[in-house]
Amino acid sequence: MNIPLSWYLILAASLFCVGLFGVLSRKNAIAILLGIELMLNAVNINLVAFWRYLDPIQMAGQVFAVIVFAVAAAEVAVGLALIISVYRRRNTVVADDIDLMKW
Amino acid sequence: MEKFIIWLLPLPPLLSFFLIILLTNKSNKLSHSIAIGAAFLSWLGSMVIFIRALGVREFGKNVFGSAINWLPTGATWLKVGVLIDPLSAAVIFFVAWTVLAIFIYSVGYHNFGQLKGEHDIPGLPPHGAVSKDENGHQHNVPSIEPMYARFFAFISLFAFGMYTLVVSDNLLTLFVGWEIMGLCSYLLIGFWFGKPSARNAAVKAFMTTRIGDVFMLLGIAFVYSFTGSLSFQEIFKPAMLQALASTPAFFGLTTAGFIGLLLFIGTVGKSAQWPLHVWLPDAMEGPTPVSAMIHAATMVSAGVYMVIRMFPLISAGWSEGLPLNTTMSIIAFIGAFTALFAATIAVAQNDIKRVLAYSTISQLGFMIAALGIGAYVAAAFHLVTHAFFKALLFLGSGSVIHGMEHGVLHTGDHTIDPQNMFNMGGLRKKMPITFWTFLIGGFALSGFPILTAGFWSKDEIFAEAFGNGHLTVFIVLAIAAFLTAFYTMRQITLTFFGKSRTKAAEHASETTWSMTVPLIILSLFAIGYGWVGIPEKFPGFGGIFPNWFHNFVGGTLTETPKEVVFSWIPLFTSLGVALGGLFFGWLAYRRVESPAEDKLQIPILINKYYFDELYNFVFVKPAEWVAEKFSYLFMDRIVIDGFLHGVARSSLFLGSLFRNKIDKPIINELIGDGTGNIVKNSGSGLRKIQAGRIQYYMIASLTVLVIFALVYYFLIGGM
Amino acid sequence: MTVERIIFIAAGVLILGSALMVVTTRKLIQAALWLVSALFGVTILYAMLQANFLAVVQVVVYIGAIAVLFIFAVMLTRKEMRDNSTQTRSNWWFSALLGGLILSGLVFMILGEPQFSRLAESIPPGLDTLRNLGTALVSPGAYVLPFEVSSILLLGALIGAVYIASRKEEDK
Repeated sequence: MNIPLSWYLILAASLFCVGLFGVLSRKNAIAILLGIELMLNAVNINLVAFWRYLDPIQMAGQVFAVIVFAVAAAEVAVGLALIISVYRRRNTVVADDIDLMKW
Repeated sequence: MEKFIIWLLPLPPLLSFFLIILLTNKSNKLSHSIAIGAAFLSWLGSMVIFIRALGVREFGKNVFGSAINWLPTGATWLKVGVLIDPLSAAVIFFVAWTVLAIFIYSVGYHNFGQLKGEHDIPGLPPHGAVSKDENGHQHNVPSIEPMYARFFAFISLFAFGMYTLVVSDNLLTLFVGWEIMGLCSYLLIGFWFGKPSARNAAVKAFMTTRIGDVFMLLGIAFVYSFTGSLSFQEIFKPAMLQALASTPAFFGLTTAGFIGLLLFIGTVGKSAQWPLHVWLPDAMEGPTPVSAMIHAATMVSAGVYMVIRMFPLISAGWSEGLPLNTTMSIIAFIGAFTALFAATIAVAQNDIKRVLAYSTISQLGFMIAALGIGAYVAAAFHLVTHAFFKALLFLGSGSVIHGMEHGVLHTGDHTIDPQNMFNMGGLRKKMPITFWTFLIGGFALSGFPILTAGFWSKDEIFAEAFGNGHLTVFIVLAIAAFLTAFYTMRQITLTFFGKSRTKAAEHASETTWSMTVPLIILSLFAIGYGWVGIPEKFPGFGGIFPNWFHNFVGGTLTETPKEVVFSWIPLFTSLGVALGGLFFGWLAYRRVESPAEDKLQIPILINKYYFDELYNFVFVKPAEWVAEKFSYLFMDRIVIDGFLHGVARSSLFLGSLFRNKIDKPIINELIGDGTGNIVKNSGSGLRKIQAGRIQYYMIASLTVLVIFALVYYFLIGGM
Repeated sequence: MTVERIIFIAAGVLILGSALMVVTTRKLIQAALWLVSALFGVTILYAMLQANFLAVVQVVVYIGAIAVLFIFAVMLTRKEMRDNSTQTRSNWWFSALLGGLILSGLVFMILGEPQFSRLAESIPPGLDTLRNLGTALVSPGAYVLPFEVSSILLLGALIGAVYIASRKEEDK
């Protein structure tokens, strides 16, 4: 191939930052989770790119990526369940309204 | 053996005092039994000592004495102890008898066995109870003294003081006894403390004698500092006396003379000589046994006893035939002056006890004048005889007053003063025993020849005065003796002769045996004691008995003084003044019915030459002024209280300053509340970080991360 | 400019564009669908990186399960049919700034590391990456432990999600 590694990394970094922006600036809780998904995908891209470019014989990179998949899935499931449960109680999904832990 | 007894002589009355005060206060019978028992024990011991002393040859050289080391003073000890030499043996004889007689008399005087009066208050004299006899008639009878036991406690303490004084062999314990008697005098004069006059009299007595005591203490201190000892035997050693007589002291006197003068001033206070005589007449406020004991037999005699004891010191450097040294002249002058002075006042007194009080002052003047002119034995002789007949006279007057009070209670007329002689009269028939004993005492006082003791002792004083050439003293004493006989007869006439002048006197009756028996005993001594001192050269009687008193008591001194040469002049003078005074006194007063008819009621005499007013003006009022205006108002209120108030105010000011300017603003608000407020404010500011919003947290942490990364990269080193 | 590069750039544009739309669009359903598109782009990337299995797993798991889950969740939490309020917080610019800073920092770091500009080596012809992946996942000397643990994690997430999202009697 003739795509330098750095391209993949830069792409992953930008995807990560976009996801970060989404996490920090969206009101809706589900939108925040969407941002988190983007960030996780950026991580995966990084992992796989590093696997392919540095040592494709060892499967560590891919295994890591697989684990990340599993974790992401679990996390989304639980997170959405939480959001739905909160929605049932408080009738809102705006993250700023869920501030019981405030001072 | 004797030493043991002498140490124990003062002990029974002291024990009696404590027992009565602490234990038997409630029981009258037990109290007087303890007191009289104690007086009896001391009397017994005194008699044993006296009889043994009589048996010793040259007793003056072989005295009974015993001393112990008491106070360590550097390398030596101050010794205290007891001493019975001839002088103190004679004195203890009369002290024992008079004390016992007065104790027994007090039982009857305070109406033991009578009812308690309903209105009697402790602190005031009892004034009668109401008793019903068999027929239902009510009688007013005398009531028992409410403070009966207390009286016996006090006189026991007093007896202890007197015994201590007489048996002591040194000036220190003598002074202790002296002061104890002063205290008891105060307590007993003010016995009826409910009466303001009694209270004032007690304070006056104590204060006046105190003045004398201060000088006496200075004298004692001077003795100690010069000689290093206070024992009589040490002081009277010939070498010591020689040293004392040759060392000059202040005011041109020798040391011996100066010390003698200081000690004599103590006697002037205690024996009520002019100018410190003012307390004795007022002291008649006390019950009559007190007057008898303190002011006749014992306390005032103690003053004379002390100065007789110190005669070797006073007369150091003098011997018979020489002119008197300064101290002796002063003593003779004061004695003679007082004798005449008091006698002139006595002729104008209407209270039966006042006459006797001034009589006491006058007779003490006789003794002191005798000592001043060097008549050692005569002074001691008159001391002993005077104690007997004056105690007899006082007890007799008490009996008279009791009889009068009985009459007052019977008639119910309480306006009559039972002590005023002009309310009496005709008591000869109503109170025979009292009359005869009083007559004996009065004759002894006047110096009735041969039969009475007073004659012998007074005659000896006259003989000494005349024989040694002290004519001024002789004449003054002779006039005083005339006046003595005169006022004595006046007293007897007004009281016992004539008709009763008041109803109360009509109803007077004789007193109980406990009062009359001591009178009889004392009258025996008043008659008989004079015969132990008959001078050898006396016409007729002289030489039958040896002059035991002169040899015995004279042996106290290093050289027994010689008897004075007999002369008829003093004898005739003595007879003349005595008999003449008695006769004129009877003559002048047998028809007098009231004070208006009494020609001698001269105001200046009645008012005692206004000495009380003078002292009041010169001493008492300025002292009160100083106390009130200076000490109280100025020093106490303005200076001390002002200082204290100032301290208090400045403390308050400082306190409020600290509180309001420092405590509240700085410590409370600035530091205390301030710290709290800072924490609160910063806390309420800082807590807003915890907004509960996740995105906010994330933003914050990422911001910090970026900042750190930037700082790390640009400032520290870069990746 | 080879073909791969073009494909790469296209995929990159797709990914980033979709991602931007995800985070900025008002309507949440559209955001979820844009997410699907972004995930497709990632799939293409996986395929280019010759991680075939992962590409397929990405489609099946991420798009098929997770994105669908998102759509369900959006549907279940809609308050009203129209949602016209702004979807971004008022301080979105600060977050953008922050993201930009982080991005620039990362890019700076990536470009500064000379190792990262290497080209990919070719895979040796006999290497069966799928088989190796499978072996690695289950062999005890390799990564069986993380594999088992992550399966327990999934179990726990499953139970937990069911429990959290279930209606209780006193609710409603």
